[in-house]
Amino acid sequence: MLKTLFHGQLQLGLAQAGVAALTALLVVMAAARRGIHLEKDLAIAMARGLVQIVAVGSILLLLLRSPSWTSIFLLVAMIIAAGATSARRAKGMPGAFQVSTWSIACGAGSVIALMTALGVIDTPITALVPVGSMLIANAMNTNGLALNRFRSDVLAHVGEIETALALGADGKSSVSPYVQVSFEASLIPAIDSLRSLGIVWIPGLMAGMLLSGARPIYAAIYQFVLLAMIFAASGLTSLISTLLIRARVMSPAEQLILRPGQ
Amino acid sequence: MTAPEPSQADSVILRVENLGRSVPGKILVSGATFELRKGETLAIVGPSGSGKSSLLRLLNRLDEPTTGTVYVDGTDYRQIPPRELRRRIGMVLQRPFLFPGKVAENLQFGPKQRGQKLSPSEIEELLAGVGLSGFESRDVSNLSGGEAQRVSFARALANSPEALLLDEPTSALDEAAKRDVETLIRQIGQEHGIPCVLVTHDVEQAARLAERALVLEGGQIVRSGPVKEALHA
Repeated sequence: MLKTLFHGQLQLGLAQAGVAALTALLVVMAAARRGIHLEKDLAIAMARGLVQIVAVGSILLLLLRSPSWTSIFLLVAMIIAAGATSARRAKGMPGAFQVSTWSIACGAGSVIALMTALGVIDTPITALVPVGSMLIANAMNTNGLALNRFRSDVLAHVGEIETALALGADGKSSVSPYVQVSFEASLIPAIDSLRSLGIVWIPGLMAGMLLSGARPIYAAIYQFVLLAMIFAASGLTSLISTLLIRARVMSPAEQLILRPGQ
Repeated sequence: MTAPEPSQADSVILRVENLGRSVPGKILVSGATFELRKGETLAIVGPSGSGKSSLLRLLNRLDEPTTGTVYVDGTDYRQIPPRELRRRIGMVLQRPFLFPGKVAENLQFGPKQRGQKLSPSEIEELLAGVGLSGFESRDVSNLSGGEAQRVSFARALANSPEALLLDEPTSALDEAAKRDVETLIRQIGQEHGIPCVLVTHDVEQAARLAERALVLEGGQIVRSGPVKEALHA
């Protein structure tokens, strides 16, 4: 219906964005009737998301003819932004931004570098930045889940942790059960994505490749490649962040810093 | 740092000097000065929020003092590695927080941190000491509240501590279990000679168990001395 009303690609895109946003708004209004207020969060998130993605699209347009190495700057900026976003999920945890940024940089960054070096990810900006951003975004989500779970588990088990400390355990081993659980829980979405690939969902990249004329088998295989890379980047990020953060919740004198009300 | 000249030096296990802790906007404990002597039970009493547990947590450095220090056998406790300090100054909390598994595994926890292992006879002896002979293989999920608390005492004693800090150890127990644990606290002092610092809001319990008492209000010691004098002044 929209295509009959809007003929220009930009106008059509804006109309589609408006309809999609309206649908999300209706859901939020339904939630508000049940006393769950997400209006402000959603309005800010949608406005930010739209501005950010249009800005990146514009930058990509400018960079299209730049040499490949310029994409490194864009990916580094994405990693820093991902670190800041992810750290918000770990409210009250000391050093969450540094831990998140370093973890995403090492986790997603190393997978992007390795895969680019091996030729799995193409080097032109139009391929490297979008694929790299998918790995960074998923690493950010996984990292946020891991830190959020670790934080809530530590806060829920202060008694057990301090009992272990009071019996002479070291700080790291006192919180290690919660490191393991957080790591495992953070990877559930990535594992489920791999498990349900092709059955529950056909991801956007594959749809895009099919639309641009790629052979369906190659598009399908590359989608698997992408999800495997996402899993590797997310897993490595979560592993690093949970190991780094466990040292941050303890003082040098092996005292639990992260406690309710502190 | 050198310890000040102690009075009754031979019998003092802990010497607490001007100990305090503040967090932004609140003084939790201020200027606490006292001694813990061999074999005695020292009660810390006071209303809710008076800083009893905060003071206790400073004694094994679970929290960092912002003023003063504690001398353990004459050594400033900041010079003792925290893990070693906590082995020497054991602690039993209000709730036992047993680790999932068997009773014997809980008793092994402390020694295991130092690469040691208790023998079956040592475990049996520790359990007999808290009135739980034959409980080695019991799963902790099947214990009553009183039994679990007695296991937590045995677990603390497995570290061979020089003193024990008891943070309201009977407040979550029913009357019968409370009496059992009180008997156990007396035995620890009388038979093992291990001095205890007992935090309690129950003045009668303090009078039953302790030789001396400190009364805390607003984070400060307002009275101290022999238990009857301190509590009924």
